[in-house]
Amino acid sequence: MPAIASKQYSDDVSLLVLLLDTNPLFWSTTSITFSQFLSHVLAFLNAVLGLNQLNQVVVIATGYSSCDYIYDSSLTSNHGNFESNGTGMPAIFGSLLKKLEEFVTKDEELSKEEVSEDRIPSCLLSGSLSMALCYIQRVFRSGHLHPQPRILCLQGSPDGPEQYVAVMNSIFSAQRLMVPIDSCYIGVQNSAFLQQASYITGGVHHTPKQLDGLFQYLTTIFATDLHSRGFVQLPKPIGVDFRASCFCHKKTIDMGYICSVCLSIFCEHHKKCSTCGSVFGQSKLDDASSASDKKRKAPST
Amino acid sequence: MAGGGQVEKRVKYKSSVKDPGTPGFLRIREGMLLFVPNDPKSDSKLKVLTQNIKSQKNTKEGSNKPPWLNLTNKLGKSHIFEFENYPDMHACRDFITKALAICEEEPNKSAVSTSSEQLSIKELELRFKLLRENSELQRLHKQFVESKVLTEDEFWATRKKLLGKDSIRKSKQQVGLKSMMVSGIKPSTDGRTNRVTFNLTPEIIFQIFAEKPAVRQAFINYVPSKMTEKDFWTKYFRAEYLYSTKNTAVAAAEAAEDEELAVFLKPDEILARETRQKIRRVDPTLDMEADQGDDYTHLMDHGIQRDGTMDVVEPQNDQFRRSLLQDLNRHAAVVLEGRSIDVESEDTRIVAEALTRVKQVSKADGETTKDANLERLERMSRLAGMEDLQAPQNFPLAPLSIKDPRDYFESQQGNVLNVPRGAKGLKRNVHEAYGLLKESILEIRATGLSDPLIRPEVSFEVFSSLTRTISTAKNIIGKNPRESILDRLPKSTKDEVLHHWTSIQELLRHFWSSYPITTTYLHTKVGKLKDAMSNTYSKLEYCGRILLHMVYCTISLRY
Repeated sequence: MPAIASKQYSDDVSLLVLLLDTNPLFWSTTSITFSQFLSHVLAFLNAVLGLNQLNQVVVIATGYSSCDYIYDSSLTSNHGNFESNGTGMPAIFGSLLKKLEEFVTKDEELSKEEVSEDRIPSCLLSGSLSMALCYIQRVFRSGHLHPQPRILCLQGSPDGPEQYVAVMNSIFSAQRLMVPIDSCYIGVQNSAFLQQASYITGGVHHTPKQLDGLFQYLTTIFATDLHSRGFVQLPKPIGVDFRASCFCHKKTIDMGYICSVCLSIFCEHHKKCSTCGSVFGQSKLDDASSASDKKRKAPST
Repeated sequence: MAGGGQVEKRVKYKSSVKDPGTPGFLRIREGMLLFVPNDPKSDSKLKVLTQNIKSQKNTKEGSNKPPWLNLTNKLGKSHIFEFENYPDMHACRDFITKALAICEEEPNKSAVSTSSEQLSIKELELRFKLLRENSELQRLHKQFVESKVLTEDEFWATRKKLLGKDSIRKSKQQVGLKSMMVSGIKPSTDGRTNRVTFNLTPEIIFQIFAEKPAVRQAFINYVPSKMTEKDFWTKYFRAEYLYSTKNTAVAAAEAAEDEELAVFLKPDEILARETRQKIRRVDPTLDMEADQGDDYTHLMDHGIQRDGTMDVVEPQNDQFRRSLLQDLNRHAAVVLEGRSIDVESEDTRIVAEALTRVKQVSKADGETTKDANLERLERMSRLAGMEDLQAPQNFPLAPLSIKDPRDYFESQQGNVLNVPRGAKGLKRNVHEAYGLLKESILEIRATGLSDPLIRPEVSFEVFSSLTRTISTAKNIIGKNPRESILDRLPKSTKDEVLHHWTSIQELLRHFWSSYPITTTYLHTKVGKLKDAMSNTYSKLEYCGRILLHMVYCTISLRY
């Protein structure tokens, strides 16, 4: 999605905000280890920074109980002198990894002791999306000349239906800001939130099949800047899962009741809307059968 | 009808096989057969309408028999015509066949209407009209009703709305009054004889009576007791003429002389009375101050005269003046009321009386009872209360209830769907998980990025699968992901698929409404529907095969 002409100083300068999933409960169950994953991701970030001198990258870690900014390539302190271990780690990412470690420690302190559900709990996608959008808004207000921002969401944890409203709000804000949200889902099932996010904001959604080729996926699909996307064919999903979650139980539903005043979604019939307080009328489904307007006629002859 | 023309042949008419035959001419025209014998005195002249012919038989060419054509009419009587040669006979036979075919269609149509007792001709017309207008409906109708899957009644049973709406629409329309001021007509003048002729139509008379109740009352009073209708109208138009000349002095003079004329020249008492009553009933709690500034009719230099002139009028003659505004307003009020009577009669007296009756009835309805009056007064006093003089009112307050937004965002107690576990099983201990994560980070810090980052064969596989995905998606979905797959089909296939869809819907509707099956009629009906549905299914399969073939062709072209 092209930004307004006055806001770009070159067609293909991009600001990539990467939302990294650091949910430990997900990473303990995957086939690829976190360190392998990180090497793919760091190489990808390096490649993005190498595409254009003015490109910027911001990394936000999406944890289990909190989110935080991990890395910002525009900060000069990052280009500084870190002791390179001589083992091949680019100095540029030394601070990223340090901050990541600090973040994980902090996240651990904030999280609860037991996990009672028998599925992988979700990460705080809504939080990191909001942080990304705040950063982008600040960039927009910094003046005329800035790169074209986009958000890339690298996630493996499943969706948390309790975050439905917050995630949808972020998606709509991104849509208004004209910031596309790309999503790369490396988990087991489909993530409805990410599909919807990419569909609504005009980004790209992809679920890589082979996780050891993750770097190839990232550079082929997600490295293109917004201007070039006009003439590059990117893989499109065949369908989008548009299911919502209900407001009362937070479960994912595809058929439910909607309040006509505030459009809140409920999975079962309520007397009153819990959001706006409007009283609902009688449900019409209690009487008539489905074929009520057909009369069964005996033959007239 | 069969393409025009007539056939005329020389024949011999035999009323039975044994009859030797009367020579003559046979003329076959549209709808009719005429046999004229050569001998004018013979009385075997025959005229048969093609409608009455039931069937025809003819002798074969190859046999040794003479060329005969045998026509049987509906009553069973047969007429045999012997032709001169076979080609003649064939020509006549073909002509009659054509005529019979046409006649056969019409009796069928009339048979349909006679068999269903409750259907009126009007409803049938409506059905045909709907079928003609809506080609989809016609197709469905042809498919089901004519193949005897559904009967006519069942087909139309769900479409009552379509049938009913039309008829309601037609009967409800009420014709209103013309907005043109017919009562102010200009007469035709004849300069030579100085005569002025007014043309009065019942429409004009009705308007005059509706707008001027005093004239109506005068008509009832004076005609036919005091004067004839013609005199009455002459006087009326004389009064109109006097108004138009604006000569109030003359008007006053003539009014003084002629009593009846005076009735027309005075302001309309009945109207004034009605208006006064209406004013009495107006709600005084309206804000009259707001339109005080609008009352310009009583100011100097205002009021539209008929021809724009302004003249000063003596006070005693003021009543003989009338302004265009008054006429216009009265006319507009009458038009908006609409036609209050349905009597369409040439007789003006009847019209006048009917109007009077209606007015009396509405006046009686309008008079309010004592209770209603009290209620009105009470309401007025309540509304006219002044806000700043009243005591402070403490309304009971209801607290604003806005749900705490934190509930959405933070509630972790949702019921979640059962989700299959991850590849390695779930580590329930959070600390362990965090420990593993931190280990990984330390590992990468120590060892750096993995080398090689990615193996070339994996990379190649990824590339080829992506290419395949992109190209197939492009073929199936097209450039625009929101484009539907139906639009990419050729038009005829698309129409067929959509038609199958509507027909299946129709069949399913009837199918499910027949459950539970309690009678044999329903049983047979369900069986027929099932057969029709399997028929449509096989047709759809065929369409699907075409579609798949199309997709394969386009994909294979890519490689």
